[in-house]
Amino acid sequence: MKIELKRVSLAVASALMASSAFAAFAPAVVYDQAGKFDKSFNEAAYKGAEQFKKETGVAYRDAQISSDAQKEQVLRDMARKNMDPIIAVGFSYTQAIESVAKEFPKTRFVIIDSVAKGANVKSILFKEQEGSFLVGMAAAMKSKTNTVGFIGGMDVPLIRAFACGYVQGVKFVNKNDKVIQNMTGTTPAAFNDPARGTELAKSQFDRGVDVVFAAAGGTGLGVLQSAKSAGKYSIGVDSNQNYLHPGSVLTSMVKRVDIAVHNTFMDAKNNTWKPGIQVLGLKENGIDWALDANNRPLITPDMEKHIKAARADIISGKIKVVDYRANNSCPVQ
Amino acid sequence: MEQLISLLDSTIRVSTPLVLAALAGLFSERSGVVDIGLEGKMLTAAFASAAVAYATGNPWLGLLAGMFAATMLSMLHALVSVTYNGNQLISGMAVNTIASGITPVLGLAWFQQGGNSPQLDDVARFHEINLPFADSIANVPVIGQIYSGLLSGHCILVYLAFLVVLPLVTWTVYCSRFGLRLRAVGENPHAADTAGISVVRIRYLALLCNGMLCGMAGTFLSVYQTGSFIKEMTAGKGFLALAALIFGKWRPTYAVMGCLLFAFADAVQIRLEGVPLPFIGEIPSQFIQVIPYVLTVLLLAGFVGRAVAPKAIGIPFVKSR
Repeated sequence: MKIELKRVSLAVASALMASSAFAAFAPAVVYDQAGKFDKSFNEAAYKGAEQFKKETGVAYRDAQISSDAQKEQVLRDMARKNMDPIIAVGFSYTQAIESVAKEFPKTRFVIIDSVAKGANVKSILFKEQEGSFLVGMAAAMKSKTNTVGFIGGMDVPLIRAFACGYVQGVKFVNKNDKVIQNMTGTTPAAFNDPARGTELAKSQFDRGVDVVFAAAGGTGLGVLQSAKSAGKYSIGVDSNQNYLHPGSVLTSMVKRVDIAVHNTFMDAKNNTWKPGIQVLGLKENGIDWALDANNRPLITPDMEKHIKAARADIISGKIKVVDYRANNSCPVQ
Repeated sequence: MEQLISLLDSTIRVSTPLVLAALAGLFSERSGVVDIGLEGKMLTAAFASAAVAYATGNPWLGLLAGMFAATMLSMLHALVSVTYNGNQLISGMAVNTIASGITPVLGLAWFQQGGNSPQLDDVARFHEINLPFADSIANVPVIGQIYSGLLSGHCILVYLAFLVVLPLVTWTVYCSRFGLRLRAVGENPHAADTAGISVVRIRYLALLCNGMLCGMAGTFLSVYQTGSFIKEMTAGKGFLALAALIFGKWRPTYAVMGCLLFAFADAVQIRLEGVPLPFIGEIPSQFIQVIPYVLTVLLLAGFVGRAVAPKAIGIPFVKSR
């Protein structure tokens, strides 16, 4: 009996300790509609969280939503479980974060890709235009038809910023190159419709496109697939997607959502977390283009040289890439 | 010319799953069983075929699995609405709900990729087929362009749908004994029953055909078009096919024309985006995306006239005693 009691009390004590540790630091990530394994944006966030877990041994919670209505619900649920900080992946969480952050003023919230108001909210933005500029250059240098394509997900300023940076990069290489642009749709479902991505890509190939940049989450998988089938080049987005179809994926515009998530967790753990807006670009290593063994044969030394030079120029401020979001317009088409 | 061919080419490709699903719906509805479960059956088939094609590396086995899975759901629908005289709409709805629930759950359990299937290898997918001489006569004006641009270079399922399934369905419904009975059962099951036809048997057979065609439609989406299964990938195509069926007054050829029209609107929409038109300039994408829906409403309201459904549709058959 005595021994048993001891064991129970030990168990209780350890449970208490665990739960106190849990209450002290329990980070969470919630993904948007495209899902945790979209091989793109959300998956990058997942990788960052996993990296953090591996380094610190601190477990985190995550959740996926299957409809818009669940956004607030899932955030509120996480906050009630004393999760802190809570990272929402994707601009579509803006409204939900703003209202839930008000209800839980002591919980730290982070939103990626959008600005949300609140004293306990940090907004992380990326300079997508800078990375898109670089892959635009790659596309223009690779294209033989002088026509390149862009396929966006949902038609929102964020995706327009990708498109705008891309076009600027293309025109930087060759002023007369044509860029054909398509948006998949006007709802968040546009980020998860690969069949439509396939169809959009095929229609662009029919119009002479031979390199296509997909900034469309899960929809992009269809684009990459159809580029491979048609023997054309594609450019991946957010995560490094070069490995998906080696020899066909020219490069990827990498958005280091993984670093953002990882650093946010670290900051929160070390109590250096601050609310406000943080913008990550080439300079901060928040954005980059991907060059690895999978696409090495596709990128000629000449291309690499030019892109690297432009990269340095953007960082030093010699090349200024216009952000579509600055006044919702793009100087080039 | 090239633009036009590319437009029509895309129309054929996009319409294929709609055509197969609409013809599937035709069997069921002509026999007097409402089928709003087309969407769910396609989705299940897309999942089953992708999973099996991935596991075996053979698209044909995938197709079989897709047809089998869809047929199983069809049989469930038949069990509820034919054997037990349940409400057909509710049964169809249940099929949809089951499909959208079970596919990501199984996908998550088997592949751990968030409910999606892994990308299929090249050998495990259906590919475009080039018809003989397509390349050599590609430069012949008009005929060569049409042949190599429009007719050649589709997936085997496209040819099956338009050259085998469509004629076969038309023949079956209008010229075969089974077709006559099918229509009789859908119009007046009591008369058919008096004449010695088993209403239950005919309706089961109709749903069997329905399941197999839905299976082909679903397989087209996952094993050919995207090369993997993705959650909710049917995205309303089943309902669109149902609309085309009603639009085509429950006749195979008209229903297929309805499907082609929807697909054409979709293809036009893709190509109009961002293209400046003479006098008007560039049309905003939101406006363009509304085209297929507006077209549907206009045509349904104005041009098709009254669509007369099979008389006994939706009414469970209870043998008078």
